[in-house]
Amino acid sequence: MSQDSAATAPGRTGTRRERPVGRKTAGSRWGRFLEGGLLQGGVQGSPVLRLLLRWVRRPLLPVMRLWRRNIQLRVVVSTLVMSLGVVLLLGFVVIGQVRNGLLDAKVKASQSQATGGFAAAKQRADESAAGSADDGAAADERSRQNVIQWMSDTVSSLSSGGQGAFEVVTLPASVGSETGGRGRRASGGVDPTASVPEALRERIDGTTGVFQSYTRIVYQPSAHKESQPGLVIGKQVSDPNGDLYQLYYLFPLTQEEKSLSLVKTTLATAGLFVVVLLGAIAWLVVRQVVTPVRMAAGIAERLSAGRLQERMKVTGEDDIARLGEAFNKMAQNLQVKIQQLEDLSRMQRRFVSDVSHELRTPLTTVRMAADVIHEAREDFDPVTARSAELLADQLDRFESLLADLLEISRFDAGAAALEAEPIDLREVVRRVVSGAEPLAERKGTRIRVAGDQQPVVAEADARRVERVLRNLVVNAVEHGEGRDVVVKLAAAGGAVAVAVRDYGVGLKPGEATRVFSRFWRADPARARTTGGTGLGLSIALEDARLHGGWLQAWGEPGGGSQFRLTLPRTADEPLRGSPIPLEPKDSRRNRGLDDAGLPSGGKSATVPAQPQGEQGPLRPVRDPIGPRQSAAPKADPTALPGNGARVVPRPASGTRRLEDTIGEQPGERAVPGEGAGKAEEPDKQGETTRGR
Amino acid sequence: MSFMKGRVLVVDDDTALAEMLGIVLRGEGFEPSFVADGDKALAAFRETKPDLVLLDLMLPGRDGIEVCRLIRAESGVPIVMLTAKSDTVDVVVGLESGADDYIVKPFKPKELVARIRARLRRSEEPAPEQLAIGDLVIDVAGHSVKRDGQSIALTPLEFDLLVALARKPWQVFTREVLLEQVWGYRHAADTRLVNVHVQRLRSKVEKDPERPEIVVTVRGVGYKAGPS
Repeated sequence: MSQDSAATAPGRTGTRRERPVGRKTAGSRWGRFLEGGLLQGGVQGSPVLRLLLRWVRRPLLPVMRLWRRNIQLRVVVSTLVMSLGVVLLLGFVVIGQVRNGLLDAKVKASQSQATGGFAAAKQRADESAAGSADDGAAADERSRQNVIQWMSDTVSSLSSGGQGAFEVVTLPASVGSETGGRGRRASGGVDPTASVPEALRERIDGTTGVFQSYTRIVYQPSAHKESQPGLVIGKQVSDPNGDLYQLYYLFPLTQEEKSLSLVKTTLATAGLFVVVLLGAIAWLVVRQVVTPVRMAAGIAERLSAGRLQERMKVTGEDDIARLGEAFNKMAQNLQVKIQQLEDLSRMQRRFVSDVSHELRTPLTTVRMAADVIHEAREDFDPVTARSAELLADQLDRFESLLADLLEISRFDAGAAALEAEPIDLREVVRRVVSGAEPLAERKGTRIRVAGDQQPVVAEADARRVERVLRNLVVNAVEHGEGRDVVVKLAAAGGAVAVAVRDYGVGLKPGEATRVFSRFWRADPARARTTGGTGLGLSIALEDARLHGGWLQAWGEPGGGSQFRLTLPRTADEPLRGSPIPLEPKDSRRNRGLDDAGLPSGGKSATVPAQPQGEQGPLRPVRDPIGPRQSAAPKADPTALPGNGARVVPRPASGTRRLEDTIGEQPGERAVPGEGAGKAEEPDKQGETTRGR
Repeated sequence: MSFMKGRVLVVDDDTALAEMLGIVLRGEGFEPSFVADGDKALAAFRETKPDLVLLDLMLPGRDGIEVCRLIRAESGVPIVMLTAKSDTVDVVVGLESGADDYIVKPFKPKELVARIRARLRRSEEPAPEQLAIGDLVIDVAGHSVKRDGQSIALTPLEFDLLVALARKPWQVFTREVLLEQVWGYRHAADTRLVNVHVQRLRSKVEKDPERPEIVVTVRGVGYKAGPS
């Protein structure tokens, strides 16, 4: 057992350190104790035992709950327990003292009484011996008769002086030898052998000393007396014939016992009163402290529920009053600050709204004027005509920039509201794709849609989702370098996702998170050729967050990129994963290729050779992998053959585990290489761009 | 397009914008008239009897919403709101107060003209046609809707909406399709237009607008005509 408890000790100290939060902890502690200690031989986990434990524990639960939640109860109970301990200790000490005092006095008195008695017995023996010394052998028989008589006389004469204060017993000298007149005799109906302890008899045997012992005085049945505690003092003395016998004085201690029990009763009564009173006092004292604390807790709860005008009542100048004052001051400051923030937010919103109106009205006039001029540019000279064109173009840009700025400031002010209703994302994607067709045609890009066989319905704000997807698709077309853009839809496990994949320049390591920064541009040198405002992805991210969704980016240099929007299926459901893996199946790593397009060690055997299996029916016109392989080494200097360095940014590593379990569509198999890849994944949780 | 039906009342306090609107409208063959004050808007409306009202929402005196409500109270003439705020509340309040359509500043002249034309287009004479939807009888040429001989007053837009639904009672119309057919939008725009006007239409033609029988919602898709 000690070995067992030593084995479980670390675990149990662990549980002791933490605050007991419920029956679970208690249960586990019990369970561990039982498993580790008592029941190591196979009973652990027995359902019967668990049932029994639960059955025992259930009625205790409300009590334990009360114990945990009520400090007053705890203080009162611990006060009771501790004062009970003190009173018990005190009682034992006092009773011990009293008993010692009582007995000491009694023992001394008894000893002097007994000594006197022994002397008297000796004297009587000497006198009788002198009286019959001259008799011959005939007298011997007579004297034996006389000794029997003498003994009886001695006992009665010795005990006659006691008046019930003591009894006298004689026993033969050696245990078991009952010869002659030296038999057992006792005064007052005392049972001689039962009342004198055997040990005392043996001690006296053969010595001349006086010995004493505590005993119970037992009476003969004929005496009709209860046995009582007593002190026995004994000595070996000789009878008139010079034979030894044992003489005992028995002193009853009934009186002392009565006194002691009186003291005990008194002490117990007093102790009980003290304990109860202490408990009551503790209850009252704790109440004084706990009541304001409870009040503060209640008011704090109401404050946090938004009733900022709640305050504590403060009376007096004690610590509780100081607590109340400090509390009220805190509440006051909170109220002021919250008020300020609310005012600020309201002002900001007003400001945005006003700026919006004040800017837009003149802008409308300018816009219309510019358009009228632009329409008439054929009549102008070339310089003026070109100026009119520039004016109209830049007004477009100015307009979209203004719109984006206002939109983002609306997000910043917390004024953006979600109008969620069930929408089919396929519809949205269809609209977005058809809207992006003209641009795609100019760029020579084909936009393909995958995963639109089934409805992909989610509670979302169609306007915002469309804005996000338009942004992603237009970005993909613009940065796709004329290669295909794939828009993939999927729904699984309480989430829907749309991923937009392009095979363009891709993203450098670390850029996958920075693309969402305001006014961020991938390459400052080649910026400004496309008409974006630099706020599109920031707004898209805010839109995703407003839905409680994620917007994440993945990319590899020269290997294209994938942007994935994940939305919860219903507005109030938290996201746990995405139906589409962030890193597409046809990424270099998932195809088992290193950055130079060569098979990387160990993986090639397990990875399917055709990564685009799920896109089978779409039959891509042009294999997007072809041109990229030759371009890759140029784009990424670290991607030389034999260079094991991974430069693929993986911003959403935290979500991958879930994706692998819930995210796979029928027909798709988890790529076995992923498991191996996970180990070398840097932990980039901090960089994830998901929404709240 | 007949120029007879081209009177446009511009209610806007920004004189530069109003002047610019005038230039554009005249260039497109409309006859614009102007009023800058919300309080005078109703008087000007009665005086000019326009075929369409362009109404800025932010006006001195009575605001645009109020003006819109007053005009709608006495006429079904198409009203197009000009608004700087595309936020939900402003637009929805404007539409609920009776505007047929809205256009967000800054807008392109072509966009504005297209909207105005779309609102005026339906004035071309339709062929005589009788339609039934629910327990309503629609006389398309006579522009009247009757239930048990009692005629129900609808604005032209609401009438168009009802006729569009009644012509193909077997078809479920998505909001986008309705936007295209009734409002004349090429590309999908704000579907709140449809929602608000369906509500307005229901409040006039349904016996119990809470449980519509004539314009039925098909959840997740759109609207269709109720069984006749």
